[in-house]
Amino acid sequence: MRVNDLCEKLGWELVHGDGEREITGGIYCCDLLSIVMGRAPSDSLWITVMGNVNAMAVAALADTACVAVAENMLIDDEAIAGAKKGNVTVIRTGLPVFESAMAAARLLGLN
Amino acid sequence: MSDMSGNSLHYHYIVPGDDFTQAGAASSAVKQILKQLGLNPQTIRKMSISLYEGEINMVIHAGGGEIDVDIDDKKIVAVLTDYGPGIEDVDLAMQAGWSTASEQVRGLGFGAGMGLPNMKKYSDELIINTTVGAGTKVTIVVNIEN
Ligand SMILES: Nc1ncnc2c1ncn2[C@@H]1O[C@H](COP(=O)(O)OP(=O)(O)O)[C@@H](O)[C@H]1O
Ligand SMILES: [Mg+2]
Repeated sequence: MRVNDLCEKLGWELVHGDGEREITGGIYCCDLLSIVMGRAPSDSLWITVMGNVNAMAVAALADTACVAVAENMLIDDEAIAGAKKGNVTVIRTGLPVFESAMAAARLLGLN
Repeated sequence: MSDMSGNSLHYHYIVPGDDFTQAGAASSAVKQILKQLGLNPQTIRKMSISLYEGEINMVIHAGGGEIDVDIDDKKIVAVLTDYGPGIEDVDLAMQAGWSTASEQVRGLGFGAGMGLPNMKKYSDELIINTTVGAGTKVTIVVNIEN
């Protein structure tokens, strides 16, 4: 499923990127960047509360399909600039991490 | 910055200390280069992850440093040199979860103590030369398989 379609179906906000990328690597949840770095599958939907510039760098390097920022956490200008630079798709939801993952898993048919 | 010498490419980067907004700039630049060279995604991922962890360590533990990257047709070699505090017990530092990172650094999502283990896991060779009070030189080698 494309990031676009996921956002539309779940009512999540597309914050940066065209949303055309496909989510084919499952769902991955974690906030500690070194762990994400080593373990987030490429093309996955990465759900985190980290909306900072370093999270964008990690998403770019780990090549996740997008970063989904949960709990409506702040995504500052620096982070947006980082997302632009790294060509990272960024989306956002008000749901906490677990509920976000549940909703996305249901939609992606993962459970 | 690059120059061609023989069949290898060389790049040099300066990593500023304590600038968390710039952290990862060198790794991102190298990733871009590896992509342009058309290397396979797994090789790119291995080098990107290892180099990013090393670069972050220079920023959060050593007040910055320098990175030299050499690429030939067989391997990518990154040498990270800093003049920070050095690592007292390398075996301990290599253990997953062991970290001396500050609360501030943890608040940014770093300091999980997974950096060196990640570098070990994703590189084909990892060499750490360190002297307490003088600095650390980390060499990361990733073989190119096509
Ligand atoms: N370049 C360095 N200079 C000094 N100490 C370092 C350096 N790199 C790593 N270390 C030490 O090794 C520990 C473990 O590093 P790492 O596995 O990357 O975890 P983290 O960076 O999350 O603390 C660090 O907490 C630090 O004490
Ligand atoms: Mg580290």
